[in-house]
Amino acid sequence: MKIFMLGWEFPPFISGGLGTACYGLTKALDQLGISVTFVLPKIVDSEYATHVKLLTPGSQVSAASFKFGELKNVKFHAIDSPLQPYSTPDVYQQRIEENLRRKQQIRGGFVSSASQLFGGMHYSGDMYAEVCRYAAVAAGLARDEQFDIVHAHDWMTYPAGIAVAQMSGKPLIVHIHSTEFDRSGEHVHQMIYDIEREGMEHADKVIAVSHYTRSIIISRYGISGDKVEVVHNGVDLNDHWPLAETGINKDEKIVLFLGRITMQKGPEYFLRAAKKVLEVMDNVKFVMVGSGDLMYRAVEMAAELGIGHKVLFTGFLHGEDVRRIYRSADLYVMPSVSEPFGIAPLEALDNDVPVIISKQSGVSEVLRHALKVDFWDVDEIANKTVAVLKYPPLEMTLRSHGNFEVRKLRWKDSAAKCVKIYEQTMVAV
Amino acid sequence: MPSVCFYFQVHQPLRLRHYTVFDKNDQYFDDYKNAFICRKVANKCYLPTNRLLLDIIRRFEGRFKVAYSITGVLLEQFQRFSPEVMSTFDALAETGCVEFLAETYYHSLSFLYSRDEFIEQINKHVEAIDRFFGQKPKIFRNTELIYNNDLAALIESMGRFDAIMTEGADHILGYRSPNFIYRPKGCSKLKLLLKNYSLSDDIAFRFSNRDWPQWPLTADKFARWISDVNGNGNVVNLFMDYETFGEHQWADTGIFDFMRHLPDEILKHPDNNFKTPSEVVQCYEPADTVDVPHIISWADTERDISAWLGNAMQSNAIHELYRLEKRIKKTKDDNIIADWRRLQVSDHFYYMCTKYFADGDVHKYFNPYDSPYDSYINFMNILDNLHSRCFKHACSA
Repeated sequence: MKIFMLGWEFPPFISGGLGTACYGLTKALDQLGISVTFVLPKIVDSEYATHVKLLTPGSQVSAASFKFGELKNVKFHAIDSPLQPYSTPDVYQQRIEENLRRKQQIRGGFVSSASQLFGGMHYSGDMYAEVCRYAAVAAGLARDEQFDIVHAHDWMTYPAGIAVAQMSGKPLIVHIHSTEFDRSGEHVHQMIYDIEREGMEHADKVIAVSHYTRSIIISRYGISGDKVEVVHNGVDLNDHWPLAETGINKDEKIVLFLGRITMQKGPEYFLRAAKKVLEVMDNVKFVMVGSGDLMYRAVEMAAELGIGHKVLFTGFLHGEDVRRIYRSADLYVMPSVSEPFGIAPLEALDNDVPVIISKQSGVSEVLRHALKVDFWDVDEIANKTVAVLKYPPLEMTLRSHGNFEVRKLRWKDSAAKCVKIYEQTMVAV
Repeated sequence: MPSVCFYFQVHQPLRLRHYTVFDKNDQYFDDYKNAFICRKVANKCYLPTNRLLLDIIRRFEGRFKVAYSITGVLLEQFQRFSPEVMSTFDALAETGCVEFLAETYYHSLSFLYSRDEFIEQINKHVEAIDRFFGQKPKIFRNTELIYNNDLAALIESMGRFDAIMTEGADHILGYRSPNFIYRPKGCSKLKLLLKNYSLSDDIAFRFSNRDWPQWPLTADKFARWISDVNGNGNVVNLFMDYETFGEHQWADTGIFDFMRHLPDEILKHPDNNFKTPSEVVQCYEPADTVDVPHIISWADTERDISAWLGNAMQSNAIHELYRLEKRIKKTKDDNIIADWRRLQVSDHFYYMCTKYFADGDVHKYFNPYDSPYDSYINFMNILDNLHSRCFKHACSA
């Protein structure tokens, strides 16, 4: 069985859970002997993707193929494009301008701004054009490939998925890692919603990362429940040796927030709970790891609440640094307003950190040995935070049971479920 | 000649209200929820079952007998929330065919942590039974049938009990049958009644299980199994939660009809009869000595105490609770002492069990919490407040 897979990001070009999920899934599919061709938009310049230079992108529209040593059956195509997951049209516009400016310097060219280049088109028009361009390039690549199924991850790749499926006559599976409602609440971006909905309608099967997301797909996008299957994410287990001393002073307890600092992740609730915790405990620090459009707002808010000296912002962290911060943490809190799945709590548990997770999340469907709260219930978040820091047996039990439980959530099982869905669609066609 | 000895455990815990680290008051118990559940179970189980058994007792004119152990915390709740249940138990007591047993007033695990407290709670329960039903209990059963040689020795030394009850666990009996009276090792007078868990659980757990090959269980079939004991034993001890009737097994499973017809079917065989535990103890002599050095209970397949003390949270919570004993009693403040004792109800620790958390089974039943962790957090926050009340009391005194 051969899969033509369309994605947004992949390690090391990673800014969130989607890349981790695509990596875990393809790796497990690879081990099951399924061959995958993975197409992703390669980011020309990303503050997050430090290894991007290794891939030496060629011309502005190019397809570079490369292989990861460890994945035998997976082949990658990277399309040079400034598209990034979790982006809004505004951010997208900025990125284009930045890139152009840089290119101008390098080539001594004379294009002064993106607006000039695109003739003053509306931002979302630009982004839409980019999505279409990605679709066109992907369809071009697909012409030279043999495959049985088209599997597209999240909205940006859906037009590409539809194009490839129509061109090849192969069944389309769209995989929903998040919806516009998760990212933007009720203020959905109509264009993105339309793309998402069109993708789901054209798909032969829709894979949701949780029952929580499945119900959004059914109620908000009007997709028939027969078509929507749930495949929970897994986690890549930590098989490294323990890290050396972190150098962080452990007289203080550390409560961790790790994720994009955006509306969806509920940084506001984290800070409000922190304020409450500090009313009854003193030796605690709150560490916020990640970046996002609410980052400065969060810094401001910490100051407004009078807890600025107790809240640390680290910005976005990678690999070893993430592990180091987990090692120093006593508790991980995920107060997401709407979280389709949420891989980070699993990583926290894998690193022996107990977790408090929002009930409005997919991961709360698969975790039992976690404390669960409503994201808006700041009192309860604070209550449970204090309890974990104050009662060692609670922390101990959560940690040991949680670490054990997380071992049962394997990408192998998620991949096996995907294969079953592949088989069903192939029979149906 | 087997005698059938029914004993029903009647208990409802005192559920705690949601209590955060920010709460500062001394209202620990959820009166609304406790009243609601007490009335609900009264209507589904206690009232209909009491009336049914009252009918049967009158119909058989003294040939049908049962025993109850009603916890002190539930007696208090009946008085507050559901006094009509008290009057039906009173009517049962007056028939002369009903025996009341003694246990710890607070359905506690105090035997494991404080012998003084344990004896005080037994005395308090004996007084309550005497006050409400005019009986001085002669048989003791410990919370969840928790038992070992030490317990038997302690109960014998109290001098007021003729017998003690526990689980007829395979690993303490070996080849022997639970259908005889035994003597606890190290005791000279006290007798031991053992639960026939197989026949008890046929009613309590398997009655409505359609995957069970013996389903449906009818009164004549069950009476046949009882009669089969003829020649192999003196007594069949059927010990179970009273909530089996109408609550664990809903009315539509036919459990009430089963019970209505069971005495007829059992008494059809001329050698069979019903006896209260005290009558059993008087009629039969011990067949052998039973040695139980390790603690057993009637819970789960393990028949141990891991459901209450199996993880770090449970043992921490209970240790912290009993560590306060001296300080609590020193206050001589009735409210503080009563609150401390109500926190000893074993269910608080049962809710913290993570053993079968993943499977979701009998442990989930009646559990007011979403998770064992929530229950531990709540309990510890309350204990913290109780501790500070002691401290304040000591300062002001």
